[in-house]
Amino acid sequence: MHDTAPVETGDAGVAADLTKKAVEGRSLGRIAWNRLKRDKLALAGGVVVVLLVVVAVFAPLITKMFGHDPNEHFESLIDPLFSTPSGAWGGISSEHLLGVEPVNGRDVFSRIVYGARISLLVGFLSAVVAVVLGTVLGVLAGYFRGWLDAVISRVMDMLLSFPQLLFIIALVSVMPNRLLGLEGTGVRMLVMILVIGFFGWPYVGRIVRGQTLSLREREYVEAARSLGAGGRYILFKELLPNLIAPVTVYATLMIPTNILTEAALSFLGVGVKPPTASWGQMLSTAVSYYDSDPMYMIIPGLAIFITVLAFNLFGDGVRDALDPKGSR
Amino acid sequence: MLAYLIRRLFAVAVMLVVIMLVVFGIFFLIPQWTGVDPATMYVGKQSDAAALEGIRQKLQLGDPIYVQLAEFFKGIFVGRTYSGGGDVTHCPAPCFGYSFRNEQAIWPVLADRLPVTLALALGAAVLWLIGGVAAGVLSALKRGSVWDRTAMIVALSGVSLPIYFTGLLSLAVFSFGLGWLDGQFVPLEESFTGWLGGMLLPWLTLAFLYAAMYARITRATMLEIMGEDYIRTARAKGLREPVVIGKHAMRSAMTPVLTLLGIDLGALVGGAILTETTFSLPGLGQAVLKAISERDLPVILGVTLITATAVVVANLVVDILYGVIDPRVRLG
Repeated sequence: MHDTAPVETGDAGVAADLTKKAVEGRSLGRIAWNRLKRDKLALAGGVVVVLLVVVAVFAPLITKMFGHDPNEHFESLIDPLFSTPSGAWGGISSEHLLGVEPVNGRDVFSRIVYGARISLLVGFLSAVVAVVLGTVLGVLAGYFRGWLDAVISRVMDMLLSFPQLLFIIALVSVMPNRLLGLEGTGVRMLVMILVIGFFGWPYVGRIVRGQTLSLREREYVEAARSLGAGGRYILFKELLPNLIAPVTVYATLMIPTNILTEAALSFLGVGVKPPTASWGQMLSTAVSYYDSDPMYMIIPGLAIFITVLAFNLFGDGVRDALDPKGSR
Repeated sequence: MLAYLIRRLFAVAVMLVVIMLVVFGIFFLIPQWTGVDPATMYVGKQSDAAALEGIRQKLQLGDPIYVQLAEFFKGIFVGRTYSGGGDVTHCPAPCFGYSFRNEQAIWPVLADRLPVTLALALGAAVLWLIGGVAAGVLSALKRGSVWDRTAMIVALSGVSLPIYFTGLLSLAVFSFGLGWLDGQFVPLEESFTGWLGGMLLPWLTLAFLYAAMYARITRATMLEIMGEDYIRTARAKGLREPVVIGKHAMRSAMTPVLTLLGIDLGALVGGAILTETTFSLPGLGQAVLKAISERDLPVILGVTLITATAVVVANLVVDILYGVIDPRVRLG
């Protein structure tokens, strides 16, 4: 609120500026990028996010490079008495960078790398589902108002006061093991994406509806209408471009929340099932070994923490950069 | 005020009915569409045809959907009697049905677990309200200071940490490493100090997560409010700064905090599922999780309904409190 734009030094200064160079038009994207570039923490978050995406995409290549399949057992590295990795720090060595799992000795590094795929895919796609549903329904409610708005608004209110985690768990657990030609991990991921996305759309929908309500009264929309523009033209050419900024902010901040939800579901045993590697599921195994093999708990925990923190830092930065009230 | 209250209570009733419909749909319709016969869940794998038929008759699973739905509602409000197929069982008023696993009525089992969950949620709420709001207000007043930056980095980390991870870490450090606390749940009836010791880590872990969220919200709201005209007016008429902040700014800063508190507390009453799992607390969350792994649908249904009721009621209380706390809000 208080960081008002640095005041230009009066008319003389502006005139001097004008003579030096032609006034440069700056698009919202340009302004936002310039601000984002100055935000060190947001940039750091962004870099980590990009790295994580690279790791997730090239997971098979990366694990091959380091030589271990995520499902390969290394029982020789396990202390037969306690079934925890022999050697200090959870069996960390030059061979196994992040150590091995208790009991069957699977390589933790490979499993973390593969786990990134699940987390990012579910986190990102469920945010897409929420954004698409929320934008479409929010615009419809805000633009057409009347009974449609009343119905959509009530549904949003209701969904927001549902005990969400409980419903997500319940829905995921009653879903069949086969769906739309998918099986096993595929079905579980699809169901998680749809269900998490479904419970996320009202957050987007509420914001989009409010924005649409105010945007549709603006002069430029009125101008378009008086020139004979139809509803579709106004929706797609006049309203949607102005909704991109708030929706982008919400989407970036929604991904980390969704990643946490996915991890929680897998932690509780209703998400991705073993032997598929996921961070939440690794932590749920680690519960039994938190005293005897603490590294096995710390590594997936840190993986989730770093990922979510990176997305949050980046999302906060994008929000500040797109905020019309902030300094330019 | 009275008209408002009546209108809201009516809305609450409608909301609960809709939630019950949705819950019924999830647990009775989806399994049927996907071809799972609920009766098989009662008798288990050894699907003896006669036993299956008996259960189906007794629980009226063969009846049309609307009859089942009507019986389901009747059970919740006035209790129902299962009389099909020979023996008669009565299930008194809040009847959520029978557990698929041990054929026990569900409500008494859940009622036993409710106090544990309530103690966890309320204890943690007190901690996170004090901690989160204080940190947020201080950060807003000393914007850009070392305190502000540190607090906000800690808060951002707090919201980025999965609660079961912080829970496990705190167990590993304070219980296993330093041996300060036992980390075991002790019922309140057995020993008060034991109970307190067992609840301390769950309280702190849960409160840390929410305090982080509340600190961020409080700071953002406070920053906005401190720029409002009425704050300038209050200062201009010579009020001392503590009065300006405490009486004028804080009251309206509490509105969004209160909104969140309503939703969060309501949701936690249904079981801080993750916290209870991490610390093995015998609350509703643990019950529902066990039910999920055993696919004991009526238990899940019961907990879901309790939670939904708590959320809806908490929202109502919060809306009424707005009028008390924020002088700009008039209910009508």
